[in-house]
Amino acid sequence: MRVALMVTCINDALYPGTGQAVVSLLRRLGVDVEFPESQTCCAQPMVNTGYLDEAVPVVRNFVDAFAGYDAVVTPSGSCAGCARHQHSIVARRSGDATLQSAVAETSPKVYELSEFLVDVLGVTDVGAYYPHTVAYHPTCHSLRMLGVGDRPLRLLEQVRGLTLVELEGADQCCGFGGTFAVKNADTSVAMGSDKTRRVRDTGAEVLVAGDNSCLTHLGGLLTRERAGVRTVHLAEILAATE
Amino acid sequence: MSGGTFVGMPAFPTAAREALGNAQLRHNLAHATGTIRAKRQRLVDEVNEVSDWEELRLAGAGVKEAALRDLGTQLELLEASLTANGATVHWANDAAEANAIVASIAKAHGVDEVVKVKSMVTQEIGLNEALEAEGIAAWETDLAELIVQLGHDLPSHILVPAIHRNRSEIRDIFLAEMGQVGRPAPDDLTDEPAVLAAAARAHLREKFLRAKVGVSGANFAIAETGTLVVVESEGNGRMCLTLPEVLVSVVGIEKVVSTFADLDPLLRLLPRSSTGERMNPYTSTWSGVTPGDGPQEVHVVLLDNGRTNALADEVGRQALRCIRCSACLNVCPVYERTGGHAYGSVYPGPIGAILNPLLKGVGGPGPEGEQVDSLPYASSLCGACFEVCPVLIDIPSVLVDLRAQVVDAHRGGVPKVEALAFKGAAVALSDSRKLAFGERFTRLGLRVARRFGAAKWTSTRDLPPAPPESFRAWWKRTDGGRS
Amino acid sequence: MSARDDILGRVRKALDGVEAGYAVPVAPRIAPLADVVGHFAERVADYRAVVVRCAPDEVAVRVAAALPDGARVVVPAGLSVEVPGADEDGADGRVLTAYELDAYDAVVTDARVGVAETGTIILDHGPGQGRRAISLVPDLHVCIVRADQVVPDVPDALPLLDPSRAHTWISGPSATSDIELDRVEGVHGPRTLVLVLVEKE
Repeated sequence: MRVALMVTCINDALYPGTGQAVVSLLRRLGVDVEFPESQTCCAQPMVNTGYLDEAVPVVRNFVDAFAGYDAVVTPSGSCAGCARHQHSIVARRSGDATLQSAVAETSPKVYELSEFLVDVLGVTDVGAYYPHTVAYHPTCHSLRMLGVGDRPLRLLEQVRGLTLVELEGADQCCGFGGTFAVKNADTSVAMGSDKTRRVRDTGAEVLVAGDNSCLTHLGGLLTRERAGVRTVHLAEILAATE
Repeated sequence: MSGGTFVGMPAFPTAAREALGNAQLRHNLAHATGTIRAKRQRLVDEVNEVSDWEELRLAGAGVKEAALRDLGTQLELLEASLTANGATVHWANDAAEANAIVASIAKAHGVDEVVKVKSMVTQEIGLNEALEAEGIAAWETDLAELIVQLGHDLPSHILVPAIHRNRSEIRDIFLAEMGQVGRPAPDDLTDEPAVLAAAARAHLREKFLRAKVGVSGANFAIAETGTLVVVESEGNGRMCLTLPEVLVSVVGIEKVVSTFADLDPLLRLLPRSSTGERMNPYTSTWSGVTPGDGPQEVHVVLLDNGRTNALADEVGRQALRCIRCSACLNVCPVYERTGGHAYGSVYPGPIGAILNPLLKGVGGPGPEGEQVDSLPYASSLCGACFEVCPVLIDIPSVLVDLRAQVVDAHRGGVPKVEALAFKGAAVALSDSRKLAFGERFTRLGLRVARRFGAAKWTSTRDLPPAPPESFRAWWKRTDGGRS
Repeated sequence: MSARDDILGRVRKALDGVEAGYAVPVAPRIAPLADVVGHFAERVADYRAVVVRCAPDEVAVRVAAALPDGARVVVPAGLSVEVPGADEDGADGRVLTAYELDAYDAVVTDARVGVAETGTIILDHGPGQGRRAISLVPDLHVCIVRADQVVPDVPDALPLLDPSRAHTWISGPSATSDIELDRVEGVHGPRTLVLVLVEKE
C-alpha cells in the first residue's frame, strides 16, 4: 500500500512537529509513508470564503500531487473534510471533466489520521506513552463533516500514562471557523473563550484535538489568558513513547 | 402601535459586536437555548427507542421536497381546492401587494383592528406597519409577540421571539405598556411566568371577543384538500382562527404539501424539533369555510416575495423545505452568543443566514446589500444546524455556495484586499516551489503580524511561535527523518 | 399579467429541468405498543392534564365530578352523556356569541381520535364535539374519549380524519414557554383539561 502524507499548509508552515509525529507514528506501525513534495494546500480557505475560481488551480495541484497513492493521510479533520466533500464542488465549477474525474478518484482515498489508524490499519493501541491529564476537543469538521465519531477517544484511551478528562459541551464549536475567526472576530472570540473556560474547568494540563487550526485559535486564547494549559495535536500524543 | 424595524441594520459583524457586549442578553440566550436543546435531545432519544429519527427526517424532507419540485402544479391544485371549499384565493408577488390585499379586506369590513396569530410571514412583509399606516391596529396575540410588540422591540427568535428578554424585563414592559393599548396589567404584577401569562390572558381576552377580522399565516397548506394548518401552544391561534367573522391567512408558496397524509412526518418532527414537546398543545386545521363554525369569510393570500428566487437556486432551493422549527437557532454557537437581532431579519440564526440572501439576492447595492452579503459569513461552518434540521437542510453547504455567490457578485469591480489576497494565495498554493519560497518568510510574517497587522486576530489571541523550519524543509534536510 | 401568472411563471422557470415525481421515503412507524390505551393515558397526563379512567356506566358521574360545584357548563348537541344543568350550544336554533361563551366556566365534549404516542386528543367537531369555539373559550374542558378511539401514533390517526372538516388537535392544556422557556400551563385556551377515558365494556 502506497501511503502519502498530506501535511496541510498550516502544519507545513507553523507546526512541522505534527507532520513529524505522523511520520514517526506511521513508521512505528510499519507504514512507509511518503511526502509528495509538490503538495501545497487543500484549498479550503478559498472554498469556505467563496473564492471558488481561485480554488481550482489549488485542487488541480492537490490531485496531481496525490495521484497514484492508495491512501492519503492527513492530521486534520478539516482538510480531509474539504478534500472529501468540497473538491468535487470546485471541480464542477472548473467545468474541466479531467479534473472532475481526477477528484472523484482521489477524494475517497483521503483519511483523517484517526480514521486511517482505526479503519485502515485496524489499531487503537499505537504503543504510545503520555503521562499527562488531557482534555479532548472534537473539532467540528472531524465530528460532523467526516463523522470520525469516537475514534480519537478510542486511540487516546489506549495511551499509557494518559488521564482523559471529560470536556463539558465538547461538541460545541470553538469559534475558529477559518476566515470566520477574522471576519467575525468578536463572535469567534466569544465562542472561543466559552470553550477555554470549560477547558480550564477540567483541570487538564493539555488540550488535544485533531486540527491545529482550531488549536491555534484556542491556544492563542489560552496563552493570552495565562491559563497554564497547552495545546497539542493528537498525532503528537500518539507518537510519544517512553 | 409599531414595533421596531430591521431596516437599516448594520452588517452582521458590527451588529454582533454590540450584542456580544450585552451580558444580560448573553445570559438569557445561553440559558434558553441550553434548556431547549436538552428538551429536544431527550425526545429525539425517545423516538430512537421506539422508531428511527433519521428515517423520520428523511420522510419529512421528502414530503417537502416532492411538493417543491412540483410547485407549479401543487399551487394550482391548492388554489382549486381552496376555492371549492369556499375560500377566496389571492396571489401576491411581494410584500406591498400582500399588505394591500390584507388592508383592503379589513377596510371592506370597516374595522380599525385585527387580531393576529403569530406568523413569520406577516413579520417578513411588515404587515403590522402597513396596516397601521392605513389606520388599522394589528394586535399580536402570541405571548412572546405581545412582549415584543408592547416593548417596541424586534423579534430575535423564530419560535420564542422574546427569548432575549427575562422575566423581570417582561414585567416592566407589561406594567408600562398594557394600559396604553387596552386592559392594564394589575398593579401587583410579579415576575412569575404564570402571573405574567395570566396578565396577558386578561389583556387579550377583550380583543379576542370583539375581533371581527383575524389574520394568520399557516404552517402547512395541503394542495389536495385545500387545508391550512396552524401549529401553536397558547390557544391564541385558535381564538384568532375561530372567533372572528373574517379570516385572512398569508401563506408563503413554499408551505404547500401535497396530501393530508403528508402531515404525518411533519407533525411528528415539528414540535419535537421546535419546543421539545411530543406534540404542541394545539394544532388547528381548516379547509376553507366550515359551515356554521368559525369565520364564514375566508381569504388566503399566496405570497412569493423572493421565494421563486430561492427556488431557482439549485443549491439553495432546499432552504424552502424549512418548517420554521428553529432547532438550528438553538444549537448554533453563533446565535447563542449574538442573539437574533444581529442577523437584521425576522429570520435569524443559521436558517436566516441562508434564507435572507436567497430571498433577497446577494450583491445588492449600499448598506442593505452589504448587510445581506454579510450573512453567509455569519457562521463558523460547524455543521450543528444540519445535524438537527428535521427536513435535512444542508445549511453549511448552502452557506458556502452563497459565499461563492457573494464573491462572484463583486468580481469585476475594484477588488477588495481580501480578493487580492486570495488571488495571490491561489498562485502560491498551486505550485509547491512558490509555497516553499514563501515559507522561508514565515518567521518574518508572524513577527510582522504580531507587530502591525492581523489586529483582529492578535488583539485577543496570541500567535504561535514560528518553528525553526517548515515541515517540507525538514523533510528535505533529513530525507524524511531517515538521516 | 396577474400576480398569479407572474408567480406561476417564475415557479415553472425556476424548476425548468427539475424532475417532478420525487419518491418520498415512507415514514417509520413506532414499535407496537403493549397497552395503547394505558400509554395514551400516561402521555396525556404527562402534559399535566387530569386523566380519569372509568367504565362506560360511570361516565356521567365522572364528568359531573370533574365539574366544580355551581359551574356554568356548556355542551354541544349530540353529546354522548347527559350533563345536568348544562346549556346546549345551538339549542332553539341560536348559537352562543363569543361574549356569551366567555361567561361559561366549563365545556364538556366528545372527541374523534386519541393518539397514544403523543398524548393527543383530536376533535373533528362533529356531533358531540360542537363548534370549535365552545371547546376553546371556557376555562375548563372535560373531554370524553372512548378506549376504542385510541390509536398508537399520528400516522394511524390521519386516515381516520375527514380533511373536509375542521380539526383541533389538543395535547394538554393551553401552555406557553415564552418566558425563559419556562413552561406555564394555561394562557388563552382552557387552563384545565380533564380527559375522561372510557374503558371498553
